[in-house]
Amino acid sequence: MFKDIIIGQYIPGNSPLHRMNAPIKIILTIFYIIILFFINNPISYLAFALYTFILVLVSKVPLKMILKGIRPMLWIFIFTAVVNLFMTPGETVWSIPIFKFTLNITSEGIIQGAKMLYRLFFLITGTSLLTLTTSPLQLTDGIETLLRPLSKIKVPSHEIAMMMTIAIRFIPTLAEETDKIMKAQTARGADFESGNIIRRAKAMVPLLIPLFVSAFRRADELATAMEARCYRGGMGRTKMKENKAGIIDLKGCTIFVIALLVLILLEILVEF
Amino acid sequence: MIKAENVCYVYQIGMPFERQALKNINLEIDDGSLVAIIGHTGSGKSTLIQHFNALVKPTSGKIEIDGINVTSKDADLKLVRRKVGIVFQYPEHQLFEETVYKDIAFGPKNMGLSDEEIDRRVRESAKMLGIKEKHLEKSPFDLSGGQKRRVAIAGVLAMRPSVLILDEPTAGLDPKGRDDILEIIKKLHEKNEKMIIIFVSHSMEDVAKTAEKVIVMNEGHVEMMGTVDEVFSKSKKLQEIGLDVPQITRLTNKLKDAGYDLPDNIYTVEEAAEAIKKLAGGVRNV
Amino acid sequence: MIETCNLSFIYRKEDIDTGKVTEELALKDLSIKIEKGSFTAVLGHNGSGKSTLAKHFNAILLPSGGKVYINGMDTLDEKKVFNIRQCAGMVFQNPDNQMVAAMVEDEVAFAPENLGVSPKEIRRRVDECLAAVNMTKYAFCSPSQLSGGQKQRVAIAAVLAMKPDILVLDEPTAMLDPMGRREVMETIKRLNREQGITVVLITHYMDEASQADRTIVMDDGEIVLDGTPKEVFKNVEKLKALGLDVPQVTLLAYELRKSGINIPEDILTEDECFDALNNVLGGASR
Repeated sequence: MFKDIIIGQYIPGNSPLHRMNAPIKIILTIFYIIILFFINNPISYLAFALYTFILVLVSKVPLKMILKGIRPMLWIFIFTAVVNLFMTPGETVWSIPIFKFTLNITSEGIIQGAKMLYRLFFLITGTSLLTLTTSPLQLTDGIETLLRPLSKIKVPSHEIAMMMTIAIRFIPTLAEETDKIMKAQTARGADFESGNIIRRAKAMVPLLIPLFVSAFRRADELATAMEARCYRGGMGRTKMKENKAGIIDLKGCTIFVIALLVLILLEILVEF
Repeated sequence: MIKAENVCYVYQIGMPFERQALKNINLEIDDGSLVAIIGHTGSGKSTLIQHFNALVKPTSGKIEIDGINVTSKDADLKLVRRKVGIVFQYPEHQLFEETVYKDIAFGPKNMGLSDEEIDRRVRESAKMLGIKEKHLEKSPFDLSGGQKRRVAIAGVLAMRPSVLILDEPTAGLDPKGRDDILEIIKKLHEKNEKMIIIFVSHSMEDVAKTAEKVIVMNEGHVEMMGTVDEVFSKSKKLQEIGLDVPQITRLTNKLKDAGYDLPDNIYTVEEAAEAIKKLAGGVRNV
Repeated sequence: MIETCNLSFIYRKEDIDTGKVTEELALKDLSIKIEKGSFTAVLGHNGSGKSTLAKHFNAILLPSGGKVYINGMDTLDEKKVFNIRQCAGMVFQNPDNQMVAAMVEDEVAFAPENLGVSPKEIRRRVDECLAAVNMTKYAFCSPSQLSGGQKQRVAIAAVLAMKPDILVLDEPTAMLDPMGRREVMETIKRLNREQGITVVLITHYMDEASQADRTIVMDDGEIVLDGTPKEVFKNVEKLKALGLDVPQVTLLAYELRKSGINIPEDILTEDECFDALNNVLGGASR
């Protein structure tokens, strides 16, 4: 039942965004977020939104998938909007009396709330765009590449990436195993669903012990199998898929820089 | 008695992986039968047995165990799971206690039985499965593969189910371990007149040696059902769906095709040896 | 070529409660020579020492006494460990526990990446090895989407990518269904035949052992039988005493011989048995 879980939310594809080099994509995403919090001008907002929209179109990721990523964040959206709406001091445009208190909505509050909503929305859209067009594997590889300069100060970049890869590899296996163990214990009358917290926690023991025992056995066997294939850490290791930047990355970066310049110009030149 | 009527099961409805795992299953299994279920991986065998104790509920259709509708919304699941015991393929998925004794006691304990009753049942099922007294205080994790499997079966048997289901009880065991488990299945069948025993297997030889009735699953439906004779006599059909008959049956079929007068229902080496000796005796007497 | 000289191996087991250390001799003074390009099966029940032996071929275990030479390299020579592992690739029993990567082609690339092979050459090897096990179509799949037999074929490809001379397989089919077992056996036989890879197959399935050029039967850390499958399997009594199976037709021939019917004792296949019986019975009933 758990077998078909999609890890991350990668949608395979062949768009320019898919083909771009992962480390570059990660860096560009970071810049994207910085710019998002930097711009402060209606025209820039519009331009930024337009720019994002074009990116989504180019990626060929269905808009539905991006909206899906936003749905779980809905409460945070509402909370942020409400807090900003009522808590920003300024010129009151509307008062709502509640018992003894009066809640004041200010015009500054409306603007501030709208800005925060805008930022949250594009923050999620931008990062989703990264995870939707980059496989978890490329992502870990990308992170490894970006961390590599840090290995000089003893950050184990290869090991971190290897651990992430193995974790991704074993999530479906362990999920499936959890399902099987739950069924086996349920068949012996175990009850994972009813009772108070303490009872439930106790009921987890018959699930967790077999799961841990099996996980340790798996880890042991995997280590042997890796050793048998001459694994000896990151030293002297090569990679089949090198993170080489190509023409497509050059194009991507150029477009990004142009978009950035446009935004800066808008920010400076357009008075509001 | 187990009765399934028009049971259908659709896997992950509305998801991109939607698949019909069971298609219109109708079957009846009488009390006291020893039934083997055979079929490929993905033929729906595992899904079917999980329906018998309501671990999985059908998308449509009805299943009755001893007249109790296990598929209805208000079915007493605890009762159903006490009646129908499933031992899953890997004992590693269920053993967790410090000692073998405690592990076998897990099921009866969940039933809320008294300590004396639990003790009686643990010792009885351990004995039935040939688990030695001195092993009861050992950790289940120190046992061999075959022994672990016995403990797992004992743990379910201690709940005294009226239906005992074993999912590939011999998978991964060596020939000795496999023969031991098959012997135990036969013994359980003899000693429990009313209990239904169902086991899933990939090995035609094991099925021929052990079972009385066979259910053949293929692509989510029951392809054949009947006695061992009835099913294995349709060796062409079995081969068509990628299953096989025992090697010895293939040989005697070949001999029959060549014109030798052999009986139809030969599924074990002993039967074949008997029949061929008779035939050869005839030759010598002439 | 593999050569062992008076190889012994001692397991040291420490009891957690008593802290008592017991020594168990898992391999007893073994001297074997396995020729280049041959297909050897090592047959034995669980605990016979066959897996322990296999793990010596890859320097995962090191001898407690005696020597193991892989292509002339001593496994005790620490400097040669990686050369030995590259030379004698090893496939394990559980397909899920030997895969590192979340994508098939990355799995195959893992070993040559460890060896520091150039990216271009890795790419070439990955494509070649996936083709050799007929898994090219699944290059971009995640291991969890594959069947057991497919996973084991990927595991074989992942080892082949090191360009080994020897392929050691430690019960690669024990956890597979009949279809998966067939896939894996066909793959192994083809690699042996077409690419001349030396194959050592550890198994407890007699039908797999009977497909090799040479069958070695182990029991209690010793070699009890060694020869061509025909020479080995005619020792029906001895094999049964060891808790091992013989092919049904071999058993039949044995039974018939016992009751005085003159049939050759080294029958291994259905066809051989049919011809022999046809000879003896001589079209009696026609």
